[in-house]
Formats: sequence, structure tokens, C-alpha cells
Amino acid sequence: MNYTPSEMMIVAAARALAGVRTVFVGVGLPNIACNLARHTVAPALELIYEAGVYGAQPARLPLSIGDPTLVSGATSVVPMADLFGLYLQGGLVEVALLGGAQVDRFGNLNTTVIGDYAAPKVRLPGSGGACEIAIHARRLFYIMRLSRRAFVEALDFVTSPGHLTGGDSRARLGLPGAGPELLITDKAILNFDNPQREMQLVSLHPDVSLASVQAEVGWPLRLADDLAVTPPPTDDELHLVRDVLDPQAMYR
Amino acid sequence: MTELLSMAEAVARYVEDGMSVAIEGFTAFICFAAGHEIIRQRRRDLTLIRMTPDLIYDQMIAAGVARKLVFSYLGNPGVGALHAVRRAVEQGLPAPLELEEYSHFGMVARYVAGATGLPFYPLHSYVGTDLPRVNERIQFVTDPYGGKPVAVVPPLHPDVAIIHAQRADPQGNTHLWGLLGAQKEAAFAARRRIVVVEEIVEEAVIRADPNRTLIPGLIVDAVVHEPYGAHPSYVQGYYDRDNPFYLAWDQISRDASQTQTWLDEWVYGVPDRAAYLAKLGDATLKRLQPGSAPSGSVNYGEYR
Repeated sequence: MNYTPSEMMIVAAARALAGVRTVFVGVGLPNIACNLARHTVAPALELIYEAGVYGAQPARLPLSIGDPTLVSGATSVVPMADLFGLYLQGGLVEVALLGGAQVDRFGNLNTTVIGDYAAPKVRLPGSGGACEIAIHARRLFYIMRLSRRAFVEALDFVTSPGHLTGGDSRARLGLPGAGPELLITDKAILNFDNPQREMQLVSLHPDVSLASVQAEVGWPLRLADDLAVTPPPTDDELHLVRDVLDPQAMYR
Repeated sequence: MTELLSMAEAVARYVEDGMSVAIEGFTAFICFAAGHEIIRQRRRDLTLIRMTPDLIYDQMIAAGVARKLVFSYLGNPGVGALHAVRRAVEQGLPAPLELEEYSHFGMVARYVAGATGLPFYPLHSYVGTDLPRVNERIQFVTDPYGGKPVAVVPPLHPDVAIIHAQRADPQGNTHLWGLLGAQKEAAFAARRRIVVVEEIVEEAVIRADPNRTLIPGLIVDAVVHEPYGAHPSYVQGYYDRDNPFYLAWDQISRDASQTQTWLDEWVYGVPDRAAYLAKLGDATLKRLQPGSAPSGSVNYGEYR
């Protein structure tokens, strides 16, 4: 294997953005994935950052979502009231990339606390924009590493709504976005493409066993009818990630 | 009337024990110079308000100035956790810290309601989440026009807002370009406003480009001239974010005594920002110097 699990995640996420016009980006792997997509399968992709940037063309890999490189050369820089009101709540975000400390089988996310809210074992960062991003983005992709600590039967706190209790529970509450569609991990790709909107395994990355995926998930994982193998990164994709987008290997 | 004050004078005059203080700026324009001066003047029982508490509130909370935090994202952006805040929340050290928590849009909406004099602000958020369960200020109201229930948040009125920007004239008319965050809304929502700038310019410079005026002098109580006042945060076009410091703070702040040692050296140990900069050294400032990328100028036209 001539690539890392992180590179496989970046490449898989970039491919999922094929043809997408607007994406709400986070830092780290999602940021590299979106920029890789812009160089490959989604040349018209406009990167949106919650700091108030529409159409960023970062000249370096930003450490934070408020890096000055996101401003210089962007299509537009707006107050956050406009970013969240006009762009996000206005329905202009096609795809958003999110992750969390915990996810459950219906794709609800926790980024707030481990343990009890009033006396937390671990105090996590909280929502940021994730709560409303999960509500409004027309499509949601998650990027998370598989682990039993993260893939849990019951969340300690619901920060951002996924498919709630499954089925059509999102639509019944009137949430405008379609909810989580895809979950890209370091070992496999999962989706929610069934009537219950339950997380299901659709593709194992090369050389990964089903058992090693199940071992990291805190409930009996549902399997798609046709289990595929994720095509490995191409030389071209690896070149872009390593030599152009993340030359200092900060996120690989 | 707007007054030109030193940072020490502005903090002494406008920041009192027990007040609510918003040092805004989303990743950019975070006025560390003001936060450090508040620590030096040993303010206590403050309610600190920011969407992203960032390192400045981590430092202020470690120094014991706060009793409460109003926020929406409690992380070291791009790095990880805020360890001093975590110690306060998880262990009550150095003192317990009350949390009042929103999402980003909720905080923005609170500033907008405060700035525009509305009793609350509606937003499509929080549905299906646990946030309203732990914050009773997040409520749902019936849509009078027949739709589904809509979340509302109350207005926010910080006693003092402190906003860092590139430049202002002596009357406080302030130009800012780069990430706009919610500084305008926070300034209009606050009861008092301190503007801190890299440069004081003549009124004509402001009037030559009125679209760039984010905050009018009308609402500004004090202007402070404090170059590099946002370091280790940044000011677009003037200096870069000191990312190595954000990474270093992750290590320093993991340990309570190391954190105090840092505060002793870099906050209590220097009288003001000029001394902090001298200690920081020219090599660091040079490293943070960005290249040049000027905007094209526009023609507003002359109409007589």
C-alpha cells in the first residue's frame, strides 16, 4: 500500500464532490479534500467557510477556518450574519462536510460533551456552526475515523441533527436539508441509503476486513446489498495531495 | 465624544468588575492587547462573551478574571482544545465557570437582536438537538403565519465591546477589511465600545472609502492606537496569524502551573503592548509580515 488511511479519506471525499457547485468546508482533511476536488472532479466548486468567506482559493493550507489566505483572492467576504442567513439558511449550500467526537447509527453528531452536560468528563468545543449546517446543507457528508469511542449506540449529547430517530423523522420536524448521506472513514465508506436512514457499510477500503470495521462500531453494523471495495488513490490524486495541497504533511 | 486613550486608560475607564465584555473578531482581529490589560488590571467576575473564546479567553480565564462565558465554539481553532477553559469547566480551577452556550448562528442572531433593538431573533436552528435543553434562553415560538415552530434567541447587550481593526480616524470612524465576523453587530449591540487600531488616519482617508467603514465614530467611546495589538491573532494585510504560537499554547496550557508561568512572563511581566512587542522581537514580527496584495481602487465619482 503506497498511501496512508488519511490520504484514502481525502481522496474518497474529493471524489464524492464530483460536479458539486458549493461546499461548506472545515479545516484539516475536509479542507484538503475540497481543494483536491476543485483540482479534479469539481472545477467549478466554490469553497464556503463559516468565517464569512464565499469562493475561497487558499494559496496555502490553512491551519484554522479563519486563515487570512482564505480572504485574499476569494470571490466574496461577508459578515457572518450574511454567511449564516443568506448563504446557509437561504439554501445555497449544496454539500457540507462535518465530523464529530461521537456519531450514532442515524448520523446524529455530538461535539459538545462526553458525560453529563452539567459535570462533563470531557468538555468538547460545542456546536460552532455545525448545528445549523447540519440542518440546512442540502446534502451532508461526514469525515470521521472509525473507533468504538466515536461510533456509539447512544450519544451523550445531540449537537447536530442527523436522521434523528431514523425514517422520515427529519422531514417531520421540517428540517430543510436532506441530512447525512455519506460517511467517509479511514477504513470504509458508509451511507444512509435505506428507508430507516440507518448507517450502512457500502465499501471497504483496499485490504480492510469487514471484521476490523465492525470491531470499531458500537452496534451491529448494517451492510449494503452489494459491498464494494473503494478504488485506491490514483497517482495523480496522490501527487496533488502530497506535492500541491499538503506539502508539509500536516494532515497525512 | 470619542476619546483617544491608551489601552491602560481605556480599560481602567470602561471595564469594571462584574461587567459583560465582548472582545470580538472571528479568528482574525482578536484584541489580545485588551485582554492582557484586563488581566493586568485584575478585573474580576466578568462575563466574557465571544463566539470563539480562542486563546485570549483561555488566558483570561486562567488568570481568574471571569465568572461566566457566553460562546458558541470552545476550541483552539485548527489545533484542539482550550485547556484552561476545560480545567475551569471540568475541575472548577482556578474557579468554577458558568457556561451559556449557543451555535454560531445563535450568537450572531443575539448580536443582531441587540444591535437592532428587537426583543428576540428567529432562526432555523436547534431543532432536534439538545442545546435548548441546556440553555433556557433558546426558545421556540409559534410562527404567526402558520409554519412550523421557529427557534428564537434573546438580544445580547455587552456592557463593553472591544473591536480591533486596521485603522480609524481620531473620531473613531473605523475601516476594517478581511473577515468581518460579527464585529459590526457586536459593536452596535454593546453599551460602550472601544476600537483598537493598527493606525490612526486622517478623516479624509476614511471619507475616501466610505464602503469600508464598518463602525461609525458615533458609537465609539474610545480609540486606542495599538500596533500589533491582535498578536498572536492577525490583522489582514498587516500581519499573519502566529500559528506556531497557537500550536505552542496547546502544550503550555495543558499544565496549570506552566500557564501561570506564561502569564507571569508575558502579561504581568510587561507593562504594556510595546514592552510585549519588544520582548517578542523583530524576528517574529518579520516572520509574520505578509506579502503585498493590494485591491484595485474604485472611483466613487465627484458630484458637485
